[in-house]
Amino acid sequence: MITPAFAFYVEPWWIQIIKSLVIFGVVFGLMPILIVYERKLLGRFQNRYGPNRVGPFGLLQPLAEIVKFATKEPFRPATSVAFLFRIAPVIAIVTAVGALAIIPWGDVQKIFGTNVGLYGIDVSIGPLYVFALAGISFYGIMLGGWASGSKYSFLGAMRGAAQLISYEVSQGLSLVGVIILAQTLSLTGIVHAQEASTWYVIPQFVGFLIFMVASFAETNRAPFDLVEADAELVAGYFTEYGGTAFVAYLFAEYANMIVVSAMAVTMFLGGWLMPFGINPPGWVDPIVVIVKISIVLTFFIWIRATLPRLRYDQLMSFGWKVLLPLATINLLVTAFVVVH
Amino acid sequence: MIKVVRHPARGPAAGAYRAFGETLRGLKTTFMRVVEGPTTIQYPEEKTPVYPRFRGRHKLHRFEDTGLEKCVGCSLCAAACPADCIRVVAAENTPSNRVSAGERYAAVYEINLSRCIFCGYCEVACPFDAITMGHDYELSDYTRSDLIFTKEMLLAEPIERTPLRTEEE
Repeated sequence: MITPAFAFYVEPWWIQIIKSLVIFGVVFGLMPILIVYERKLLGRFQNRYGPNRVGPFGLLQPLAEIVKFATKEPFRPATSVAFLFRIAPVIAIVTAVGALAIIPWGDVQKIFGTNVGLYGIDVSIGPLYVFALAGISFYGIMLGGWASGSKYSFLGAMRGAAQLISYEVSQGLSLVGVIILAQTLSLTGIVHAQEASTWYVIPQFVGFLIFMVASFAETNRAPFDLVEADAELVAGYFTEYGGTAFVAYLFAEYANMIVVSAMAVTMFLGGWLMPFGINPPGWVDPIVVIVKISIVLTFFIWIRATLPRLRYDQLMSFGWKVLLPLATINLLVTAFVVVH
Repeated sequence: MIKVVRHPARGPAAGAYRAFGETLRGLKTTFMRVVEGPTTIQYPEEKTPVYPRFRGRHKLHRFEDTGLEKCVGCSLCAAACPADCIRVVAAENTPSNRVSAGERYAAVYEINLSRCIFCGYCEVACPFDAITMGHDYELSDYTRSDLIFTKEMLLAEPIERTPLRTEEE
């Protein structure tokens, strides 16, 4: 196979553009499927069918909803700050989509006589890039909640900011263990390192659990969805949003879910590698990644169907008193084992 | 024998351990729901079967042999109706125009189903079992006047049959 010489080729500019468009198109094609899949699966978890009226098996449900949202009036509360109110969903979705750029969907392939890496770009600071974008995506939530000029939105935004900051620490630390093992920050490099040894979910199982828990919090998913908290805060920071701005937030959330699942797949579950040493042709790689991502997403939905929402103090004490020490210990043990 | 219920262990670490175990148990619980499968009744296509004594839309009856109406226009149902939704206007049977088996017959028999409370007193009051409560419960319409059922409508067989619950169900 190719040695981690992944950076030693230069792609023509047109391949970069095509790759970006394909990744964007595929992920945004997956998003409505994910939404309807989540609703149908949640239904199954509750002894019901979920949407099954629009189109065959209810598959056209997201289409109907998007049409509904798109035809709504772009409403803005009188107390809101116009510019920030409009720009906040854009920040949310741009950061979510931006993180997709570095997700590796496959190895370097020979297509049309040129070497094409099946990823947007292979940056040498992979996880840091993702965390940087996650950091910016706070602004989507904070500005959205604050600029709405509504106390429930503001409460949701405050909760969101506190929660995201608390759990990002643990999430970051849980990845450091993987980075120590792989000795690279490049995501393709990490997958190649897993090819050489084993999937990092085995040596880094605790890290994997911490990462998953922190990811639930980072993506505002149940049981950490008290940013949105339908029952208490209506919808949290996007209470005042409607129509396409609401869809932007919704898609940002689902894009974040896909990004986080893809990160879990890349860092812990061997990226595009197949288990049991099966080595399929290169074009299978993206399919393997997508299948693994959908397994992780299924787990996300399963958790959502299972766990009730945490109380706010439970959230904070769990994040700081349990998750963070656990992540630190995991990191120290990993570092100790690697050095010795 | 008193079963001792121990309080959960204190502290974040024990709490996290307990939470992990309980989470796995919860995941199993929800997964079993997937295995069970949906219990939804897909309403317009599938209907909930009703019990034999279910009180749905009324029916007026005829004698099966002669085809004459059982109702003799005595207005006892209208008198018994607490919602005052039945209107009966009686007329005399003549040899040329024999509608019911008795002396008189109901020339007008109307039930305003938008007022009916489906108590079944009309059925109890009727001395000839001419009116009974049927099994139809799909009684929505676009205008109120469409819910005033005339004698012809009440005598006719319902267009859609409501499934009846069998012994085992």
